[in-house]
Amino acid sequence: MSKKIYITGIGALTAIGNNVSENFISLKEKKSGIGKITQLDTIHKDEIPVAEVKLTDDELLKELDLKKEGAYTRISLLGIKAAKEAIKDAKISDINEYRTGIISATTGAGMVASEKYYHDFLNTDFANDFIKTHEAADHTEKIADYLGITEFMTTISTACSSSANAMMLGARLIKNGILDRVIVGGADAHSKFTLNGFNTLMILDRKPCKPFDNDRKGLNLGEGAAYLVLESEELVKKEGKTPHAILSGYANANDAYHQTASSPEGYGGSLAMQQALDNSNLKIEDIDYINVHGTGTANNDLSEGRAMITIFGNNIPKFSSTKAYTGHTLAAAGSVEAIYSILSLQNKMIFPTLRFETPMEEFNLIPETDLIENIDIKHIMSNSFGFGGNGTVIILSKS
Amino acid sequence: MKAYINGTASLSPQNSLDYNEFLKGIVEYEDDFLKSIKPNFKDYIKPIEARRMSKTVKNGIICSEIAMLEAEINMPDAIIVGTGLGILSDTEKFLEKMLNDNEQYLTPTSFIQSTHNTVAAQIALRIKCHNYNFTYVNRGFSFETALQDGMMHLNEGKKNVLIGGADEMSEHYFHIVRKNGRWKKIAIKNTELLNYKTEGAICGEGVNFFVLSSEKKKNTYAELKSLKTFYKPKNDKEINKKLLSFLENNNINITDIDLVITGQSGDKKGDAIYDNILNNNFIEKPVAYFKHLTGDYQTSSSFAFWLGANILKSQKVPDFIMQNNKKVKKVKNILIYNHYFNINNSFMLLSVI
Repeated sequence: MSKKIYITGIGALTAIGNNVSENFISLKEKKSGIGKITQLDTIHKDEIPVAEVKLTDDELLKELDLKKEGAYTRISLLGIKAAKEAIKDAKISDINEYRTGIISATTGAGMVASEKYYHDFLNTDFANDFIKTHEAADHTEKIADYLGITEFMTTISTACSSSANAMMLGARLIKNGILDRVIVGGADAHSKFTLNGFNTLMILDRKPCKPFDNDRKGLNLGEGAAYLVLESEELVKKEGKTPHAILSGYANANDAYHQTASSPEGYGGSLAMQQALDNSNLKIEDIDYINVHGTGTANNDLSEGRAMITIFGNNIPKFSSTKAYTGHTLAAAGSVEAIYSILSLQNKMIFPTLRFETPMEEFNLIPETDLIENIDIKHIMSNSFGFGGNGTVIILSKS
Repeated sequence: MKAYINGTASLSPQNSLDYNEFLKGIVEYEDDFLKSIKPNFKDYIKPIEARRMSKTVKNGIICSEIAMLEAEINMPDAIIVGTGLGILSDTEKFLEKMLNDNEQYLTPTSFIQSTHNTVAAQIALRIKCHNYNFTYVNRGFSFETALQDGMMHLNEGKKNVLIGGADEMSEHYFHIVRKNGRWKKIAIKNTELLNYKTEGAICGEGVNFFVLSSEKKKNTYAELKSLKTFYKPKNDKEINKKLLSFLENNNINITDIDLVITGQSGDKKGDAIYDNILNNNFIEKPVAYFKHLTGDYQTSSSFAFWLGANILKSQKVPDFIMQNNKKVKKVKNILIYNHYFNINNSFMLLSVI
């Protein structure tokens, strides 16, 4: 049984970059990706800002050398691009040389296409190819087919904690001896369905979001995809690879408070943080930085802040929310932020929370507001919380 | 590590919820698709609580409670649900309103319910379960990965895991997918399913829940020995190879298998795959099928799992599930082989305790 789970490859695209190095540059230069809706045909396009990936579907198809007839939804295209980058980064040439799996996460599934063609689906006699893409598994299958993975596949949908859960499952599959390596992550793309859904919940800020600020008005939806290659200790030794980081701890706990809201005291969140610490055999003082969930909603940031106080007391580590850059990429958020955490570990940097001004009146928690450089970081905690009380916390450590 | 099935519950187009008697007879249909029999919700959930819950959430709550009651537990160490489509009815409700009213006058209820993880979340909320909570949404692997995850939890030292498979079909989605040739073009008699020999499967729905435990109890149904999933096999030869290595990895011979349950769905192309595997390996063996009872859906293997567990416990094999006329004697080992349109294939091995 593998003791350590190594991260050997990373790939990501978000509103602040089409690959990991572009994301890194934007993070350093404090460039936010939040702006006007340009790609979605919605009545809200002048009113609600989002964070869009700056590539159209046609550009993605061309870059990936895929044919339009293949019925690729935007989620699949984003997913394939990021997963391909991760595989290349991990220097994997023969995908089936070892027992290799793929675990992908999504919340929107095929909705981007389904909402576009729904009347067509219903009212025409012919079969539209996008009928097949409605189910969540479609994007995982498209990635698996592109990369040639057949050994193991699954798809997770646990709202905004989805890709953090993909990482946790991947690690457990390796530790249980079922797989040698696994590509884990998530993808989500803007859809009218999600935009309107969040809008009815009245948690969308009409301006770029302000996580952990007293005057925060809600979140901005983001889109993107991010994947990591996890490998067993044995395989990393055998192949002589230099890993990016270690996935040293993880935990999944449920708030069991409300379908869409977190409990005021953040009970589920604090459970997940404590269990992740226990799982990694680390103490609170070992955590150098927390990449918080920090969506910018009144409810999340208060509840997450209180959960942090429950666990860390007066010694809260440095923390920040990178959602001020990327928006909330939903199912991709956990893996996007895991990759940002790896960039922090490797480059000795902490990326700031943009636009923070006023501490919340309920407590004195102040996120980092400027880029910190040359800081020694060994262990990072990354939080992901979602609808249905889902809470997952992972810990990434220097390898 | 041992994985015992200590509680089971099923809501299907058959009278499967009656846990005092295991499948008395077959419920016959002549329809486009088979719909789950509606339970008396009021027996289980207060009307005020049920008001906003969709059918599958209610069915999930009922089945999870029965399975936990049977297993004599009230707090599972994990809640893991597999669902191919999530809460389809609420997804459609929100989508149609959004499209028809041009994104105006929307309310959040159906959006909230439409989230794929609603069933697992609502069960946790109801019993205040703060433990591991997961939802798999991978077409015909959704239930299988939930089971596999559950087995890993037992291997990691957990004692009781609640696992479910849940899918619902809607009129609209049925008709949309039928255009793709997935479902039969005409209403079908479920009792004649294997006589049509035409393109398309029989469509259905259902919710099945289980408690998987590391310890045996007096109510234990069976043991889940092993399961294996594989994606888009190239040909029958590859499936055959996977089958033989699955059995070998579990130190079991074909002669030890007393009953095979296959996912024959009436789809000519898909059923030929089962026939080939059966003819190659199980020519002398009793073979059963179940999709004439439930229809085909992403998590239909969870009904086969329920069927297998109940057969092993009761040692009764209903004659209306038999596909051939081979006599079943004592049932010690059951092999379930199911595939979902040959995209998702799985083997599950269940044994008597």
